[in-house]
Amino acid sequence: MIEAHLPALQVVLPLIAAPLCVLLRHAGLVWLFATLVTWASLAVAIALLQQVLAGGVIVYELGGWEPPWGIELRIDEANAFVLVIVASIAAVVMPFAKRSVADEVEADKIYLFYSMYLLCLTGLLGIAITGDAFNLFVFLEISSLSSYVLIALGKDRRALHAAYQYLILGTIGATFYLIGVGFLYIATGTLNMVDLAERIPQVQDLQSVHAAIAFILIGIGLKAAVFPLHLWLPNAYCYAPSVVTAFLAATATKVSIYVLLRVFFTVFGADFTFGVVPMTAILMLLGGAGMLVGSLVAIFQTNAKRLLAYSSIAQIGYMVLGLAIGSVTGVSAAIVHLFNHAMMKGGLFLVLGCIVFRSGSTLVRDLAGVGKSMPLTSAAFVVGGLSLIGVPLTTGFISKWVLIEAALEEGYWYAAVLVVFSSLLAIAYVWRVVEVAYFQEPSREVAALREAPMILLAPTWLLILANIYFGVDTSVTLGVAEQAARTLIGAGP
Amino acid sequence: MTSVAPFLIFYIGGLLAAATGGRLRQAVLLATPVVGAVNLYYLSQGSSGVLELFDYTLVLARVDKLSLVFGYVFHLAAFLGAIYALHVSDRVQQVASTLYAGSSIGAVFAGDFITLFVFWELTAVTSVFLILARRSERSQATAIRYFAIQILSGMLLLAGILTWVSHTGSIAFDYVGLDAPGGWLILLAFGIKCAFPLLHNWLTDAYPEATPTGTIFLSALTTKLAVYTLARGFPGTDILIYIGATMTMFPIFYAVIENDLRRVLSYSLINQVGFMVTGIGIGTELALNGTAAHAFVHIVYKALLFMSMGAVLDRVGKIDGSELGGLYKSMPITTVFCIVGAASISAFPLFSGFIAKSMILSAVIKEGHLAVWLFLLFASAGVFHHSGIKIPYFAFFAHDSGIRVKEARPNMLVAMFLASCVCIGIGVYPEPLYRLLPYEVSYEPYTVSHVLAQLQLLFFSALAFVVLQLTKLYPPELPGVNFDSEWLYRRLLPRTARFLLEQASHLGVKLERRARIGLGRWVERVFHLHGPQGILARSWQTGSTVFAVISVFVVVLVLSYF
Repeated sequence: MIEAHLPALQVVLPLIAAPLCVLLRHAGLVWLFATLVTWASLAVAIALLQQVLAGGVIVYELGGWEPPWGIELRIDEANAFVLVIVASIAAVVMPFAKRSVADEVEADKIYLFYSMYLLCLTGLLGIAITGDAFNLFVFLEISSLSSYVLIALGKDRRALHAAYQYLILGTIGATFYLIGVGFLYIATGTLNMVDLAERIPQVQDLQSVHAAIAFILIGIGLKAAVFPLHLWLPNAYCYAPSVVTAFLAATATKVSIYVLLRVFFTVFGADFTFGVVPMTAILMLLGGAGMLVGSLVAIFQTNAKRLLAYSSIAQIGYMVLGLAIGSVTGVSAAIVHLFNHAMMKGGLFLVLGCIVFRSGSTLVRDLAGVGKSMPLTSAAFVVGGLSLIGVPLTTGFISKWVLIEAALEEGYWYAAVLVVFSSLLAIAYVWRVVEVAYFQEPSREVAALREAPMILLAPTWLLILANIYFGVDTSVTLGVAEQAARTLIGAGP
Repeated sequence: MTSVAPFLIFYIGGLLAAATGGRLRQAVLLATPVVGAVNLYYLSQGSSGVLELFDYTLVLARVDKLSLVFGYVFHLAAFLGAIYALHVSDRVQQVASTLYAGSSIGAVFAGDFITLFVFWELTAVTSVFLILARRSERSQATAIRYFAIQILSGMLLLAGILTWVSHTGSIAFDYVGLDAPGGWLILLAFGIKCAFPLLHNWLTDAYPEATPTGTIFLSALTTKLAVYTLARGFPGTDILIYIGATMTMFPIFYAVIENDLRRVLSYSLINQVGFMVTGIGIGTELALNGTAAHAFVHIVYKALLFMSMGAVLDRVGKIDGSELGGLYKSMPITTVFCIVGAASISAFPLFSGFIAKSMILSAVIKEGHLAVWLFLLFASAGVFHHSGIKIPYFAFFAHDSGIRVKEARPNMLVAMFLASCVCIGIGVYPEPLYRLLPYEVSYEPYTVSHVLAQLQLLFFSALAFVVLQLTKLYPPELPGVNFDSEWLYRRLLPRTARFLLEQASHLGVKLERRARIGLGRWVERVFHLHGPQGILARSWQTGSTVFAVISVFVVVLVLSYF
């Protein structure tokens, strides 16, 4: 009985839990409740993935209304995988959140924090699960609005400005997406993704359909922080509370990349996206520039959090590149990197969260000698950094390997060169932090720091070790990613 | 008895060494290569480790005669190195050297490109700690240069492998050849590690800067791993004959004018590897046998020489030829061992160098490469000059520098003793080594003509010294170096070499200055764009961000109509 309704539960669970948090109010209770909800969400996501892998696509009609009137939740390998990524990051971050949030957010706003956190989770899961283009917009707004609040809760006063800027750009992004969907609705008369896929080929010569794909690319590209639409991201990540940064960095941009995949392959279809519109060239340009500029800027950053934020922009470039290549291997590279990057960036931002918890600063120069006083935290950064670079036996290596393989298969050797070069740049910015942390003498304040508490270290190391585990055993990640890629590419008309 | 992939034992040993301390760690370090060798022996009786990863089958232990020779000698070198370094209580260094040996062995037994690449990178990562462990500012800088070049080699290898795999669909590491897709990239990657001419600087830069004990491991493993991979992937590739011949020649000149004795040995190492590369280029059974045999004996005697110099450095604290001398009075045993090493590298009959080098020389002349043969012959004489005479002479004899120190540490003496035994043992009784070689050996080293030819070569070069000495043709102006009458260089050699080098270095300095200015400008430009206040990095006004977004949108919109 309950299995049949898992798709609805996936979204409804955190959605209902969010207002309940406001009713509970007590910080400790709210945390406990939110934690249980995220864990339950993870269980649901995993169950869904297993169902999909065993029995193929799940179609769920909300409230029993048939499409095109009702909203349809539609789960295949691709979004089931994304659901697992989002839910698992949300679940792992929660134990970390208790003390970190208590430290960084004003005490009387903590219940609001968790409420927003759950709403954001609702939005992200909803975006991934829905099979309706307009419904996707609704969830996009839910996740966006809640994330503006989450960012604004940061201790630094600049957080407010960062959130404001993100609000402006995020709203533009959502609006663009909506305009794009509007065009499609006018042209085809439907909002259901599967129906859209069937009807678009008949109207693909209409100028409005061409405009639609441009609007949607820019709209979602903004949310995904595809270079040069990333301008909101560095400040937002830098000044948000540590937990929020880790959560958003690992999930929000990933979900947006998934939306691009879904829209390009399922809705418009590969023939239109790459055949009629020169999407390969556009995306390759954006992805390549992102990889290069993101990495170069990261090298010169003075704040470790900002440094990682720019590195995210570069990493998003990898995913866009995989998407641009458009072959099964390319798309599986993009999808597997969704997962792998969530693990590395989630882990690395949690590491910075540990440091903030003890020292309150993430400026690179304030990290001098932190390797001595916080050995476990610093070691986690090194391992995560190795994965970011793409050293063999880490997830980063797997992503790059598949991506380079995809590029060479299709003859884009310059893309492969760019990936390698960008990894070299990654060595530089990771090394900067490592050098300061290990090879510089600690100041008196840093020398006096204690190792982060266990409750912070455990989730951090869980994500960091996932980098190693999934770097060695790729059967789950790469296997599912490849299946998802096949479904996505095959699903188009 | 079940056996495991050879590298695993070293990795476990490394982890144990990291976890233990004191005597226990010493025991672990010594036991690791021994257990490894026993394991390898059983492994050689058949069976191979295979691992499934992605869609590929990784061959972790490909055991055949070629990999076995290198495998055994790497174990031997790791064992000697472990004894030699026993007194060191530096966790980083000891763990790194064990892991480094394990990675090299892993690479030797890699049956596919992926495994090879992983270990290729791991050798770089683990070995860099042996240089860093010297803990001086200079060694830090050297280590970074070393690491960058090793990583470059790895990147080239990866690029080559990807090209190869995407064309052939197979990841098996067998004959590659230059005509294969990615062949040149792979050759270049191997060439960097093998210290091909112009790609060799990392070696002479890094080896003298490593710790006294670390150099033993470095000298034994990295270049010989590259020799192995070349022998596996590029046997009979003509260009290697000439590369190899060049490698035997050019280091001689550098070695003659170099003052740091460990750097002299580094140059001579390149010269020796040149013989092996030539052998690979010839590619006949005899030549490949010669290469394998030479690699085997070379690892041992080169380690012995580095050990003796390491012992001097360890006791005296410096290793510049001009500041040493007369050490035979205080380190007589080390002196004897050093001379054994010097005799071996000079290929005196009854020492190990003789039975191997002559194989390559014979193979070269058999294939009719007369000019190359003459080159190699000249290079052999050169080896005798700089490694056979210069090293022991400057360190232990020459004018008495008045330095009085204790004899080398007992564990070092034991290691040098064992290495000397191997050198002499193989020289006198080469059959066991010959049985290990990849092909059937029908080669007899101790024929009258071989022995006579080699002795002639050695005695005439000695005679040349004496003549030059009596006619006082010795260049007097070498600063700070008190050359006594026994020691003579040919006068022209250092002078021309120095002149040419000076010219080259003038040119080099100029080019470097240009490059530096150019690079500086470029970095400035990059920084201008990407630095914290650069347009790509600073926080924009909200209005500008919106403008940027709209601009991008317009571009995309226009493009989407095409």
